Amino acid sequence: MSTNVPSDLKYTETHEWVKVGKKDNIVTVGLTDYAQEELTDIVYLDLPKVGDEVEEGTECGVVESVKAANDIYAPVSGTVVEVNTAAVENPSLVNEEPYGKGWLFKIKMVDPKELDDLMSDSEYEEKLAEEDQGDDEEDEDEK
Amino acid sequence: MAQETALKRTPLYQRHRALGARLVDFGGWEMPVQYEGIVAEHKAVRGDCGMFDISHMGEARVSGPQALAFLNQLLTNDLARLGVGQGQYNLMCNDRGGTVDDLYAYRVAEQAYLLVINASRIEADVEHINRIAALWAIQRSELLIENISSQTGAIAVQGPRSAAVMDKLLPGVSAEVPRNRIAKRNLAGAEVFVARTGYTGEDGFELLMPAEATPTVWDLSLEQGVKPCGLGARDTLRTEMCYPLYGHELDEDTSPIEAGLAKFVALEKPAFVGKEHLQRQKLSGSSKTLVAFRMNERSAPPRPHYPILIGSQVAGEVTSGTMSPSLGVGIGMGYVSPAQAAQSQALEIEIRGRRWPARIVTKPIYRRSPPKEL
Repeated sequence: MSTNVPSDLKYTETHEWVKVGKKDNIVTVGLTDYAQEELTDIVYLDLPKVGDEVEEGTECGVVESVKAANDIYAPVSGTVVEVNTAAVENPSLVNEEPYGKGWLFKIKMVDPKELDDLMSDSEYEEKLAEEDQGDDEEDEDEK
Repeated sequence: MAQETALKRTPLYQRHRALGARLVDFGGWEMPVQYEGIVAEHKAVRGDCGMFDISHMGEARVSGPQALAFLNQLLTNDLARLGVGQGQYNLMCNDRGGTVDDLYAYRVAEQAYLLVINASRIEADVEHINRIAALWAIQRSELLIENISSQTGAIAVQGPRSAAVMDKLLPGVSAEVPRNRIAKRNLAGAEVFVARTGYTGEDGFELLMPAEATPTVWDLSLEQGVKPCGLGARDTLRTEMCYPLYGHELDEDTSPIEAGLAKFVALEKPAFVGKEHLQRQKLSGSSKTLVAFRMNERSAPPRPHYPILIGSQVAGEVTSGTMSPSLGVGIGMGYVSPAQAAQSQALEIEIRGRRWPARIVTKPIYRRSPPKEL
């Protein structure tokens, strides 16, 4: 499976991406290509509101596909300063452009050191490869 | 991943792997929930043609001189109405009028019937059928009950193009097998039952055949451009049609009357298992009734077990719910008290602590637009 993992982003274990802005410690958050592919058919987004305080690694929203509801986790702690209303109105943007028009929200970080807890693109690719490896082992069992 | 009890696989398991299906545990079966995606597959069935592996479903053959009398005791509908080659939706009830299973009964010969039952209910059904047969206390030679589930594969080909597809595989078959009929044909070197039935609300066929012939028939349908569809789309399609799913709308404590299936209960039959309770419910009502609803606005999709509120009182819970790919809005079904249902069309569905407005609608929730000729 070929999954797009841009090199200029940071990643969480729970398949969010983080783009670090140039100033004011503001980061943009979205769901990875792998996540949108796994979810398929995203039909609803429950996102935090502007002004909400979020905490690193805790649930701050929900993404709903036709078949299930999944939590969205805050990659870093801080205050939500902007929410992508276009994606809320049209959640399929997350499927179509997970790294572009399908971004979710922006956080003003309280502690930029938290970024060190996130994965680089190569680390995230490694994680995805391990998950694929698990599938391959399953294949071997069946032969 | 830890090794758990091995999941059962259908004859099409390798086909699903090759097509890149996402496989899930469905009642102990490793089944495809989706290939490309639920919405794309749903729309293929509504607009063109899709196919489903339904080999996990069970089949029981009931035959012999006593078959009709026995089945009319066992099931709620009147099987005396079936000519050879006709099929009929049925409920199988317990003594309390609760539902053991819902099923399709086909009369495949003068004295032989084929029952197509739910995968998750095969064992419970066989036990129940044998118990009723024992009470029936007749010569074994006059009644033969065979569970042929494990030898039988099945594929549902569904959608407006399904008749044309089937005519490519079996010339003339769509004219020879009209709605609710079943006929035996030779296909892929095997005897295949072709039934004009389905679970999607579209025109369609269900093919029942020996397990070993199933992959070939699947491949022949693929060659006709039929889209493989998973259980995810099967669920959204049947929910739009308000077809019940055992374990959601039906269970051993829920009667066909409560589920709105009275037209499949032939109370005029002299006797059948559960009749007394069903008759009483028909006459004096019951404590719950199944309603269909749709959300008034765009919302998170309703899902099973979400509370249903009427006049800000909890009135029941959602049994099936989803985002309708055809309507683009949340839809579902659930049980409420008949008094509450009569009091108001307006409902609220509680989704993660927030109440969303919805309204009771007539079934089915989705209606196919009529053909252009009409």
